[in-house]
Amino acid sequence: MNRRRMLKLGGAALVSAGISGRLYAAPGAGPRFLLVFLRGGYDSTNLLIPYSSSFYYEARPTIGIARPDPSSNSSALALDGDWALAPAVRDTIGAMYTQRQAAFVPFAGTDDLSRSHFETQDSIELGQPAAGTRNYRSGFLGRLSEILVGSSGINSSIAFTDALPLAFEGSATVPNLSLKNVGKPPFDERQARILSDMYAGHRLEAAVSNGLELRHEVAQEMADEMTEANRSAINTKGFELEAERMGRLMRDKYRLGFIDIGGWDTHVGEGAAQGPLATNLSSLGKGLQAFSSSLGAEWNNTVVVVLSEFGRTFRENGNRGTDHGHGTVYWVLGGSISGGRICGEQARVARGTLFQDRDFPVLNDYRAVLGGMFRSLWDLSPAQSSRIFPQSSSIDLKLV
Amino acid sequence: MYRRDASTVIFARLRAVRLSAVRPAACTGLSAVLLLAGCTTHPDAPHAASTPLRTLHREDMLWLERTSFGLDTDSVADYRRLGREKFLDRQLHPAQMTLPAPIAAQIAALQITPADPMQSIAAINAQNKVINAMPGGSDKEQARKVLNDQGNKLAYEAIRRDLLRAVYSPAQLQEQMIWFWLNHFSVFQYKANLRWLIGDYEERAIRPHVFGHFRDLVMATLQHPAMLQFLDNNQNAAGHINENYARELLELHTLGVGGGYSQQDVQELARVLTGVGINVGDAPHLKPELQRLYVRSGAFEFNPARHDFGAKTILGHPIRGQGFGEVEDAVKMIVSQPACARFIARELAIYFVADNPPPALVERVAQTFMRTDGDIAAVLHTLFMSPELDGSFGGKFKDPMRFVVSAVRFAYDGKPISNTHPMLNWLNGLGEAPYGRQTPDGYPMTELSWASAGQMSRRFEIARAIGAGNAALFDPEDGGAASTAGFPQLANRLYFEALEPSLAARTKTALDRANSQQEWNTFLLSSPEFNYE
Repeated sequence: MNRRRMLKLGGAALVSAGISGRLYAAPGAGPRFLLVFLRGGYDSTNLLIPYSSSFYYEARPTIGIARPDPSSNSSALALDGDWALAPAVRDTIGAMYTQRQAAFVPFAGTDDLSRSHFETQDSIELGQPAAGTRNYRSGFLGRLSEILVGSSGINSSIAFTDALPLAFEGSATVPNLSLKNVGKPPFDERQARILSDMYAGHRLEAAVSNGLELRHEVAQEMADEMTEANRSAINTKGFELEAERMGRLMRDKYRLGFIDIGGWDTHVGEGAAQGPLATNLSSLGKGLQAFSSSLGAEWNNTVVVVLSEFGRTFRENGNRGTDHGHGTVYWVLGGSISGGRICGEQARVARGTLFQDRDFPVLNDYRAVLGGMFRSLWDLSPAQSSRIFPQSSSIDLKLV
Repeated sequence: MYRRDASTVIFARLRAVRLSAVRPAACTGLSAVLLLAGCTTHPDAPHAASTPLRTLHREDMLWLERTSFGLDTDSVADYRRLGREKFLDRQLHPAQMTLPAPIAAQIAALQITPADPMQSIAAINAQNKVINAMPGGSDKEQARKVLNDQGNKLAYEAIRRDLLRAVYSPAQLQEQMIWFWLNHFSVFQYKANLRWLIGDYEERAIRPHVFGHFRDLVMATLQHPAMLQFLDNNQNAAGHINENYARELLELHTLGVGGGYSQQDVQELARVLTGVGINVGDAPHLKPELQRLYVRSGAFEFNPARHDFGAKTILGHPIRGQGFGEVEDAVKMIVSQPACARFIARELAIYFVADNPPPALVERVAQTFMRTDGDIAAVLHTLFMSPELDGSFGGKFKDPMRFVVSAVRFAYDGKPISNTHPMLNWLNGLGEAPYGRQTPDGYPMTELSWASAGQMSRRFEIARAIGAGNAALFDPEDGGAASTAGFPQLANRLYFEALEPSLAARTKTALDRANSQQEWNTFLLSSPEFNYE
């Protein structure tokens, strides 16, 4: 696909948006990107199971997930000779993988060795070099957003969160709104107009009218949901519903999105094929599937990356759970990615290759992986890409 | 029904007043009835008066807003009685100011009030030991949940106390400074066992030094188990250096980014800080020569066996190996740097004056800091009596804490609320929950961070929750039967005295378009004039 041409199309959309007076200009045919941050360090070793390794089954006597069983539709799904996908996401992410719309990057992560959620989440979101002073006012998605505004004139970034995440900190103002609970809008159109009029000519004029309009837009999506739900008698809940809303908004209005999901810190009783981790993964898988469906044809123009601050200990602990580790597995999803692959540098899974005899090593630095992806997605120059991730050389996994 | 009827009458009267064509600017309508004394004398000079003020000017109201979490009738009366300078002196020396009795009683009933961090940590450690020894299963999960719930309860109580004081304390500047310093020396409640400690952190590390010498504040936070755990200095030992706290002590607490220190200084300070940690058990067995260097105060411990006694140099100053005295000397030297004075002066000016404070003001405030050895009361006196402050009125966007507290103060004007959960929910929704900042840098204090599209519409929703009176602020804390309190009456004397004279035409138009008192309240709390101070 010719991305430069697409960017031009995006620019044309700006003009028509100005005429129609819509909240945010439709991002046109430009690529879309959603970052899904799993806060708490999800146990990637029970998502992407190294089933050819007998060491895996030794190290996880109670929480190990059984080898793929070709005769069963509910066992782990063999992706290749070494890796299998957790049964919890077999029908969702597994189906995408089979259609080459999903890929995994094991041994991914950061050079942060603190094994602290707090520390490592920050360093990922900031995306700055490990050495030197951290600037908490500049996140890597914020810097990407600034570059995209610069090239297209359109600010179409959104965080689907209550507060603006560190990743989106930066000079361009990015709106944020959680789609978890969006009841009917608190203000009817008359009230919203009065509130907007009160700020006419004020420096917050745009923020006020955009914010009120965004609430209305989202409420309209809700109204559709209600009628559709009544018609098909499907009652979607939780993350699935939230993700479906995200998909609609990104289809129509946003180019760059962020969402975070908690509840992955499974120190105790995480379960195996079933259990708390499987429940969370299943909900995530269903949500991402709903996200892709609601994007419609634009799914072919969308890339989703799912990541977490670190992996967990390779061996299960005394509480049938796992503790903070190092290397993790990133997911890359999208309608037209070159998926169906396990990508990046890999090591054989054995005791000898563990990092500090504890967890997976990091062989694929997140800044290089994401940097390479952004470069190719938006045709960024080396200068632009090093603005997003300073002092990092990008690697191209040829996924997008 | 009765309540609604009554309010409709008041609302109708209000509209009639607002629509009256001819009225003098300062004293009209309801305010003329309520402020007889205020209308009979010549206007006084807007400030620098030490005699009681009869007429309060718009500048007086705006100045008062800056020194407080928002206006209420009592603060206006105090200001009127004392004049600006005496009012400020009283605010800077609030020892005699007490909370209203019903609020003091609510606070006295909290579990955290007498809690001791040493006992808290020891108790959690003991409980964790028991839980860890339990076999896996539902009993173990249940035990963890009980412990966890206890931590949540204590953290909530600390926040509840903060909010009650912020709304009701007559020592308003003190409460703002508590917020400022807690944010400057920010800790995050969900790290380690901090939920059990944040109440004590505020009470013992911050509150006693809020108007004292900056050095004492640094030393108090440095020795508190909340900070020691939040920034990991309890793990900092000779041969096992953890730089986390040393770096933030320079970067966030004293000198600021670009304050003239190097990575080498961070490493050297980390060495100075080795052995500064926590102990809630028995004293360690020490060689006799180390025994005299051992320091213990509550949960705080300086363990010389973990200390690096080698020579160090920080910012070009040699630090001699002498145990905890090194830490005291290093802090004293660091806070006496001009960079520290300027950094603190600028932070204060950003919080109280403007997002980009005038450099001349920052320099004058910094000079006071240096001249007085970091006397915070003196520093604030310079700041609050500066012409630059007066020049900034109306331009400072209220951060969520100021917005929420000022709205409750304005709406209920001293009437004690019983439930602080709605306030905490609003702060959560706006992204500024107390003790909720994960990063050690504290919440940002500038408009850019709080006035995004999503945040503005959320803010208006909260304005509506308060204005329409369905806020549950008067429900029992324990979830008992909901109260029947109605919506507040914002078109009150305070409104006519303090806000109405400064409303822009657009805001007045919006208020005139309101269909009910509740809607009128909502628009007023959403207006630029209420959201900026």
